[in-house]
Amino acid sequence: MQLFLPIAEVSVNAFTLLGLGGLVGVLSGMFGVGGGFLITPLLFFVGIPPAVAVATSANQIVASSVSGVLAHFKRKTVDLKMGLVLLAGGLVGSAIGVQIFNLLKAMGQVDLLVTLCYVVFLGVIGFLMLIESLRALKRAKNRPGGRPERKKHLWVHTLPFKMKFRASGLYISAIPPIGVGLMVGMLGAVMGVGGGFIMVPAMIYILGMPTKVVIGTSLFQIIFTAGFTTLLHAYTNHTVDVLLAFLLLVGGVIGAQIGTQIGLRLKAEQLRIALALLVLLVCLKLGLDLLIPPGELYSLER
Amino acid sequence: MLIRLLAALLFLFPLSAHAEQVVAALSQTRVSVNANFDGSEILVFGAVKRDAPQPQDSPLDVIITVAGPEKVETIRRKDRRFGIWINVEAQIIGHTPTFYTVATTRPLDDILPPLTDSLWKITAEKRILPALRGDPAREALVRLRIEDDLYRTRENEVSLSQDTLFNTAIALPANITEGNYVTRIFLLRNGEVIDSYGTSINVQKVGIERLLYNLAYNQALIYGIMALAIAAISGWAASEIFRLIRR
Repeated sequence: MQLFLPIAEVSVNAFTLLGLGGLVGVLSGMFGVGGGFLITPLLFFVGIPPAVAVATSANQIVASSVSGVLAHFKRKTVDLKMGLVLLAGGLVGSAIGVQIFNLLKAMGQVDLLVTLCYVVFLGVIGFLMLIESLRALKRAKNRPGGRPERKKHLWVHTLPFKMKFRASGLYISAIPPIGVGLMVGMLGAVMGVGGGFIMVPAMIYILGMPTKVVIGTSLFQIIFTAGFTTLLHAYTNHTVDVLLAFLLLVGGVIGAQIGTQIGLRLKAEQLRIALALLVLLVCLKLGLDLLIPPGELYSLER
Repeated sequence: MLIRLLAALLFLFPLSAHAEQVVAALSQTRVSVNANFDGSEILVFGAVKRDAPQPQDSPLDVIITVAGPEKVETIRRKDRRFGIWINVEAQIIGHTPTFYTVATTRPLDDILPPLTDSLWKITAEKRILPALRGDPAREALVRLRIEDDLYRTRENEVSLSQDTLFNTAIALPANITEGNYVTRIFLLRNGEVIDSYGTSINVQKVGIERLLYNLAYNQALIYGIMALAIAAISGWAASEIFRLIRR
């Protein structure tokens, strides 16, 4: 069934979009990531103009994060105070990000910026994740049972403006969470992603938050940054396509439930290795596009 | 505008006493782009009206062109910088139709001499920014549009029966631009245009497409809030539905 998208102004098969949403939903359910980093490149691939793809992904992320965070609220695995501090940085970050996006769009470099961001961040994170999970796999083999890791004294504990985060059991400065929020908000606006795949490692390794509250808190703050980004894109660029977002999220929520079931049957280390490989694969594909001489040197602005 | 121009041209170059005239119509003059729009086919048909018996010395030919709404384009060129391929140059390139199709009864080379083509701007080569011919950006624009199947040349696609009745189907693409599609019909003999006719097809978004598009551009803030509300509600609904199913 072909569907004409009112804002993207292209006609696409509705089932392709549902399938796309579903596929990304399965992956996000399996791995606990928003899937924005997959959906934006996939939308480019089916012919959605990049500006619309980025803005609409942000809208779709709001839906999937709301759906996810409700489950975490029930399990009380959301650190609201930490979420709000991250959010303060996040909102500023996404405002800056949308400005950068518009500036580069006017300069014709938005594709380059988005692709470079993807290559750098996916590359670094995929690589770190792969090494980390391979190591964890080896550890698990050598010492069954493992040893609980002691909480380390991180450099962030020395900064001023300390705050108590009860749910995370932390007493740290407010500066690092605001900084993390700012960075992720900015990237989210530029890349059309929620930033979960950057936020989650940052919360664990930089802020030292316990793993059980990380995903819920990250989802909680992503709702608002992605929401704010959507609003800014809708207001300044008119590039949010609600019809496109709706199809993606219908596919996405169904996929996410299937993905969660698959995820429960696999081992955590295997899952992380699979996610790392997937991230690296997307990174490699985008990176090659920058390096291989294009067949057509000219392009029309859309 | 173009029609008026054509009328002026007709006035300036009196045709051979209008011995043969074209009478034509379209199967539809309005195209509504709704949610399930998937391209549209427009039938152009007509007849040749004669006051005298037709000349036997030369064959009659028909050329039909349809031009989409014009747009100013920004075209960018990529080059290698620091080992990667990035856009280095942008050029704003003047009013070009977003869609252009030429349909003929016989191969263009046989029926349309370059001079007549230049005068009437019939083929894309003569119609699209003729002043910029040879400019790499203009050539690239035409090339890209041909690749995207937006500029088409369909030789032998107009069927002409008994040198009187003609018809052809013009396919409008699925990723269509809104606006007026100017349709021109030319009658040719001996490499000269003996009569022409102009009309237009109006392409417009309707229904929910129109509503969403207008809202997104005119009431951007409300549209943005609506988009968020839809997202939040469907996210909540999804989690509730699956909670119920799992019970």
